[in-house]
Amino acid sequence: MIAVRSLAKKIGQQEILRGVDLEVATGETLAIIGRSGGGKSVLLKHLVGLMAPDVGEIWIDGQNIIGMNERQLGTIRKKVGILFQGGALFDSMTVEENIAFPLREAGERDPEVLHSKVKEMLEVMEMEGEEDKMPESLSGGMKKRVGLARSIIRRPSCVLYDEPTSGLDPVVADSINRLIRRLQQRLGVTSVVVTHDMKSAFDVANHISYLHEGRIYFHGTPIQLQQAADPILQDFLLGRSDGRGD
Amino acid sequence: MVRFFNALGTPLLSFFQYLGEVVLLAADTFRCIFTHKLRWKLFLNQVVEIGLLSQLVVVITGGFTGAVFAAQTFFQFNKIGMGSATGAVVSVSICRELGPVLTALMVAGRVGAAMSAEIGTMKVTEQIDALRALAVYPTDYLVVPRALAMMVSMPLLVAECIAVGVAAGYFIAIFLLEINGTYYMANMVRWTRNRDIIMGLSKAFCFGILIVFISCQKGLSAREGAVGVGRATTEAVVNSSLAVLICNFFLTMLLNIIYPAGYQ
Repeated sequence: MIAVRSLAKKIGQQEILRGVDLEVATGETLAIIGRSGGGKSVLLKHLVGLMAPDVGEIWIDGQNIIGMNERQLGTIRKKVGILFQGGALFDSMTVEENIAFPLREAGERDPEVLHSKVKEMLEVMEMEGEEDKMPESLSGGMKKRVGLARSIIRRPSCVLYDEPTSGLDPVVADSINRLIRRLQQRLGVTSVVVTHDMKSAFDVANHISYLHEGRIYFHGTPIQLQQAADPILQDFLLGRSDGRGD
Repeated sequence: MVRFFNALGTPLLSFFQYLGEVVLLAADTFRCIFTHKLRWKLFLNQVVEIGLLSQLVVVITGGFTGAVFAAQTFFQFNKIGMGSATGAVVSVSICRELGPVLTALMVAGRVGAAMSAEIGTMKVTEQIDALRALAVYPTDYLVVPRALAMMVSMPLLVAECIAVGVAAGYFIAIFLLEINGTYYMANMVRWTRNRDIIMGLSKAFCFGILIVFISCQKGLSAREGAVGVGRATTEAVVNSSLAVLICNFFLTMLLNIIYPAGYQ
């Protein structure tokens, strides 16, 4: 469903991506791991056309999205939901208005239909009764769950998650991981999860890709990653800094 | 020599790139106006924000400018026995220049800053990326309602500023400076033509367009968190104000050909 070919991106003088190749099959969850500032979020934004690469191709459902204008990308984006790192909730809207926003944009105007769908989403997110709150009064975890509700309310066939568990306590992080798994199991959603939280990656992913120095350094199953003897992978998995901070 | 041209060329290129970005945003907005459905709720919210909530600022600006301008004109004209011409001078000046320019400067400070800060904050907190990811075109959602509301509100605000300014000038002239009301009014009506009012309202429309596109462009290009938003807001107000003052000169020269000043 998603294929990335030789993707390269330079921002200023810095080469962020240097030829990334990836494939995510329909219904699969891929975790992209790597060190902070390694280009994971940049890669994710490319997948939905929020950034344009210098070189390379991105195929979504058999269509190369590179070179598409915003209107053409709109059609692709209706099939792909994205959860931003900070939730990216619209701060002038309530929780209910935020979650209902994609449906309103799709032309749904019936307040009862909108309310019932928002309520259903909030139940899935275990956030019943929070409809009228403004984003500023929500915790980090709640913002992410509202962001996730907003991105999946239109039932996209693919969801991209940018650091879904960063900055959350282990219990809330686990509830987000459960949501990601549930979406995959119940709705067959294809997911790409960008994270440096190894527990999250092992919990949710069918495959894991390690992004290192702008390229995919490793691609395999969680078990293959755990068994890998490569020192770079081992350093990352065990959180070793190879003495650079000394 | 090369260094001199480099030093000169870089800011020049940046300036033309900036102008290009503003023009492209304007072109994109007009394209969206004619190709997308208008979001009425957002448009009406902006009319309230720009038009209704600017009332106090505009009334105070117009009122005190009219009053002080009437007083100063009277002090000078009275020396040569032309005190009753004060009304004509105040009215024509407020219609053609002071009304539109001062209103535009106040709106740039109040509304332009708010637009730039709001859009800039949305940019740095990924809300604009979220809009795009939800298949909503940011120009259509953020700029079109603001641009249309500004096009509607600015002429009305300027008309209000002119009315309040002329009225304030009248009351100061009659009750404080003791000018003969009949002569004052007769001169004012005789020398103020419809074309003076049309010129003021035409300028208001143009200034509104300048303010909205400069402010929105600054917001959309904001970077680097809170510092970037602050910088974008300051630049939006400064650039809008300068653009209003510079364009006012060229508009005056151009519109004076279409709507010549004086009694003809």
